Amino acid sequence: MSLHLEPRLQPSKVMAYLSPVIAISLTLFVGVLLFTALGKSPAAAFHAFFIKPIDNWYGFGELLIKASPLALIALGLSVGFRANIWNIGAEGQLIVGAIAAGGVALALHETAAWWVLPLMFIAGALGGMLWAAIPAWLRTRFNANEILVSLMLVYVANLLLSWLIHGPWRDPDGYGFPQSLVFSDAAMLPILLAGTRTHAGVLITLVALVVAYVFFRWSLMAFKMNVTGLAPRAAAYAGFNQKRMIWIGLLTGGTAAGLAGTSEIAGPIGQLLIPVSPGYGFSAIIVAFVGRLNPIGIFLASLLMALLYLGGEAGQMQLSLPSSVSSVFQGLLLFFLLATDVLINYRLRWS
Amino acid sequence: MKQNKLIAAIKGLLGAALLVGMASTAQAADPVKVGFVYVSPVGDAGWTYQHDLGRKALEEKFGDKIKVKFVDGVPEGAEAERVIRELAADGSKMVFATSFGFMNPTLKVAKAFPDVAFNHATGYKTADNVGIYNARFYEGRYLAGMIAGGMTKTNILGDVAAFPIPEVIQGINAYTRGALAVNPNIKMKVVWVNSWFDPGREREAAVALMDQGADVITHHTDSTAVVAAAEEKGKYAVAYNSDMSKYGAKAQLTAVTHHWEKFYTDEVQKVLDGNWKPGNVWGGIKEGMVSLAKISDDVPADLKAKVEQATKDIAEGKLHPFAGPVLDQDGAEKVPAGKNMDDEALAKMDFYVKGVEGKLPK
Repeated sequence: MSLHLEPRLQPSKVMAYLSPVIAISLTLFVGVLLFTALGKSPAAAFHAFFIKPIDNWYGFGELLIKASPLALIALGLSVGFRANIWNIGAEGQLIVGAIAAGGVALALHETAAWWVLPLMFIAGALGGMLWAAIPAWLRTRFNANEILVSLMLVYVANLLLSWLIHGPWRDPDGYGFPQSLVFSDAAMLPILLAGTRTHAGVLITLVALVVAYVFFRWSLMAFKMNVTGLAPRAAAYAGFNQKRMIWIGLLTGGTAAGLAGTSEIAGPIGQLLIPVSPGYGFSAIIVAFVGRLNPIGIFLASLLMALLYLGGEAGQMQLSLPSSVSSVFQGLLLFFLLATDVLINYRLRWS
Repeated sequence: MKQNKLIAAIKGLLGAALLVGMASTAQAADPVKVGFVYVSPVGDAGWTYQHDLGRKALEEKFGDKIKVKFVDGVPEGAEAERVIRELAADGSKMVFATSFGFMNPTLKVAKAFPDVAFNHATGYKTADNVGIYNARFYEGRYLAGMIAGGMTKTNILGDVAAFPIPEVIQGINAYTRGALAVNPNIKMKVVWVNSWFDPGREREAAVALMDQGADVITHHTDSTAVVAAAEEKGKYAVAYNSDMSKYGAKAQLTAVTHHWEKFYTDEVQKVLDGNWKPGNVWGGIKEGMVSLAKISDDVPADLKAKVEQATKDIAEGKLHPFAGPVLDQDGAEKVPAGKNMDDEALAKMDFYVKGVEGKLPK
């Protein structure tokens, strides 16, 4: 007798809804074991992870500003992922977007006009797009692997930012510390919800959600990309333009990441420094997959990721859990979520 | 045993079901709350570890009069503001933000919580309820440099450094000047790793320096990688932040160590007494905020004696690591003879002194 996986004839509809429930139950169960083994009350731990972070208005705002860049980038990435175009370098595109937008903010530091902020967003989008265009061009021209190229460009982007804030863009009155000037008010996003840090950048994510939904649901291009992802040969026989898909897939991800980077520096950060992102570009890849490359799924997954992140901090504050335990717990949930997805296409069999 | 654990687990699960949803937990008496924000995990050596020793000293001294909370591994940037704010909103009377990058977030939060006392390490901006504190690490560096200069056979010293900011540059320069004071033939080589904590790159940089002939290496980064690399290659190392003799029993000549215990207990005492005011503390050897770990037995007695004398002189103000004449790499005079470099110039240091090789990245 052994347990093994057997492919289903058709993906199970029941499992599609049930698998997240199973995953969460498993996480809670292992969580109880984990926290008990550490001598902490699991009840208090779950309270710290899932309730404490959002039991007040400010915490709710934090959830939104944390989820917003994750969702925005994941939406952009999902366009390419559907067609098997693997942009792993959203973090770099986010950084270059922030550099471009930050450059505008610094150049117009003395200008208090309404158009500074829109200009920053245009620059940020172009910056992210430009950084994603490099792997797109290398892929379409030389068939260079976009996974490697986009990932490597993350490090280049980081060094570029580092050079700028150690050099030409360093705050002249900043005692030589590597930070830019603090942006003027005209370069800052307005606060959306009083008493929180929730800024207008969240609206961009909401618009992107709607646009992505419409695009995936009704556009022919999205259909073609889906087909390419599911059956590359069929797509090739049908004569779908592969190169165009690569460009669209990568540039959408880059643009979204660039906008997210702009929202970060024009929102909670308010200047250029290192780091401009705590790894949103990488976490967004997980969000995209936990959300099954579907806008609504991504929306929910981004909230979950954001909550887990805030919960990790609350766990430290409330229970003095080391940050590594928080990471383990977060990892558990993501692991189970992705693992139970297998049950949609496979069933367990004793034989 | 196993069964007990299982029962505990089941109980926990039931408890969880009951408790999830409860918005607040009951508060005992009312100890004064103190919060700490750390930039890296505590670990068992390094910058954050030394701050955490200070936190533990607080708990030991004040017992249940205070309740200390800390959050470690908080990235600089947008995350910091939330963590600092949550500690303040949680009722902390004093919050210590222990990394330079927490400066602007601390100021933002301080504005919203005028009744909470904030202390920010290594920054330069203050407010009505934000004090700053730092240590004159360069004083310890100067002393360690003397030992390095006396112990090198190749006359090449190496340093693995994080970022070209004034604090790090002070360290490189003071170390070089200390070494030159006992050995005028030394050269100092610096490798920048552009990270405070990256054991892999720190190690690579250390190996590269040793391959270039450096036989005493030091570091201004947070991991133990450099000391461990020196131990492996049979070279000497001067550790930084913490005593790392555990990672380099033979290699470690000494360590420039940080001590925040007294500062933290003093500040919290002031809060308890109700007479805290934002300060600008920059303590060194004299105040005990910086010191040298045990000097290795490999170091000859006469060199040890010299270092001990210099330690005394620095504490008494008779010796300044940047006493004029201070010349930069090109020989230009930065401080004339007979004068000491003032704090303002120290805080903005952006040049290498004579004896350091290579160009300072700008």
